Amino acid sequence: MSRTTAPPPPREARPTADRRHRNPTDVRRAGWSTRVVLLVLCALWMLPALGLLVTSFRPVDDITTTGWWTALGDVFDPTAWTTQNYVDVIVAQGMGNAFLNSLTVTVPATAVPILAAAFAAYAFAWMRFPGRNFLFIVVVALLVVPIFVAFVPIFRLFNTLGIQGDFLSVWLAHTGFGMPLAVYILRNYMAGLPRELIESAKVDGASHFQIFWRLIIPLSFPALAAFSILQFLWVWNDLLVALVFLGSAADVEVVTVRLQGLLGSRGQDWHLLTSGAFVTMIVPLIVFFSLQRYFIRGLTAGSLKG
Amino acid sequence: MGQFGGAIFAIAVGLLGALAFYWLLNKVVEALPPAWENRLKPYVFIGPAIVIVATFLVFPALLTIRDSFHGSNAEEFVGLANYRQLLGDGSVWSLLLNNAIWIVVVPTVAVSIGLAVAIMTDRLSSTWERVTKALIFLPMAISFIGAGVIWRFVYEWRPPGRPQIGLLNAIVEAMGFEPIHWLGTSDLRLNTLLLTVIMIWLQSGFAMVLLSAAIKGVPDETVEAARIDGASEGQIYWRVVIPQIKSTIFVVTTTVMILVMKIFDVVFALTQGRFNTNVIANQFYFELFQVRHQGRAAVLVVLLIIAVIPIMIANIRRLRQEEALR
Repeated sequence: MSRTTAPPPPREARPTADRRHRNPTDVRRAGWSTRVVLLVLCALWMLPALGLLVTSFRPVDDITTTGWWTALGDVFDPTAWTTQNYVDVIVAQGMGNAFLNSLTVTVPATAVPILAAAFAAYAFAWMRFPGRNFLFIVVVALLVVPIFVAFVPIFRLFNTLGIQGDFLSVWLAHTGFGMPLAVYILRNYMAGLPRELIESAKVDGASHFQIFWRLIIPLSFPALAAFSILQFLWVWNDLLVALVFLGSAADVEVVTVRLQGLLGSRGQDWHLLTSGAFVTMIVPLIVFFSLQRYFIRGLTAGSLKG
Repeated sequence: MGQFGGAIFAIAVGLLGALAFYWLLNKVVEALPPAWENRLKPYVFIGPAIVIVATFLVFPALLTIRDSFHGSNAEEFVGLANYRQLLGDGSVWSLLLNNAIWIVVVPTVAVSIGLAVAIMTDRLSSTWERVTKALIFLPMAISFIGAGVIWRFVYEWRPPGRPQIGLLNAIVEAMGFEPIHWLGTSDLRLNTLLLTVIMIWLQSGFAMVLLSAAIKGVPDETVEAARIDGASEGQIYWRVVIPQIKSTIFVVTTTVMILVMKIFDVVFALTQGRFNTNVIANQFYFELFQVRHQGRAAVLVVLLIIAVIPIMIANIRRLRQEEALR
């Protein structure tokens, strides 16, 4: 997941109408060669993940003696399939507990930065104040700063505060690291909202606080949704921040850290690795596929061409 | 489960607390005389975000630069000793070469594949376009460590004679060759290239989505005009469409590039930097948590900061140009 340079400024959504409906005689239909290339590409893209999924449902002895593709020949043989790997990894290997920890980490680490960023984005887009340009340039510059810069100093800070290894420490860290991108995406979106709307609200005597809550927040839904999904996926899939600030004690470790632990200690136990990896993926895949629409719209709405 | 309930409680308190904080700050400012209210209100809105950013990124960056001139505990001043040690013994150059391979290969290939898929799917019916894009886009939801497990299984190697359960070696064996220890082979940096494949697999979909939206934003008239002038489909893309989506290509390429500069999880999961596959971020982790030398770890971060400065400048210039157009 990338949190660094932001996608281009989403402004008002422009309908990306399908040209073919407008121009039925269009010659640009895909030929057979294009279709074959795409088919091969899709197959290549799915194959590694398919191997993981199939393996995670095979009995241990089968996994170590034959390739996963042989199981596709025994689809109807009940002895070729098992859910035992999942039971093992969730119960005995602590993946179930790690799953709850991941939820605990991810939800606040997504919600809090959005709130703070939305306020700041509104001010950058619609308020005039000294230092505005300078501060915004600082934010843009910070988009590319590698988060490694923060590790040692923040580690020391958290130690002094005595919160190192607590959930609070990762909530704060993800809030800090996610902030520049959140401010940038939201500010670009909000700046693209129609000026007349905000002016007329002001004329009607609305305060900035009211304009922000009643007008800007509802209108910025696509950008808020896109950033939430991005931040959610980033936090859920993060390994390094969790490893550094939370550590691998059983009561706090998250799914990525647990999976890394399995890789280190059970590196050849493919039944545990594959089912464990799949457990880590379930939530992001659900979030991603159910919200894909908003994600793409929020990131790509308008203003993309050069 | 009890702990999860506690977390939910903490979330509610945290969010309500944050909301109450903004509301209260706003009330205080509104109670001031109007001149002061107008002067201070913007800082109520940006204040918390700026404080967070300063605490978590700006000050740490300055402290890290300071640390790079200090010893293992960040206490005694050692001048350039850490730099001399890391850049002098040559080992860091191998890391930099690997990082350079990552930085060149991944953005180039991922953006090319993304662009090709965006162009090709544009000609499918909308249902097939959606399905194809979803499949290519799917890895974007997978963590680097999850992807690491997936691909370690593809590259799995066992000595000849034992059953090969890794896909790649099964193919190699079926063709009559000896199985290859893929991740242990650093000739021509083969293993690093195989690791970059994972990142390409993860990032092509991201490039595709943004480029596809850009292509759909190209005005039909320009394409029609070229077609009437007798341009071939290839010429239309090279001469008409691609020049118009240049800025999106730039944005996507830099985004992937920055991500790749900090590459950590993939290498950490598959080789831990062994077999000549080490990169700056992994060495940083090693110096910090195994060797426990904060000074040398800081030097590695400073190297990363220097590497991103050109991208930072390009970003700011692009922002300035966009603002000038607004």
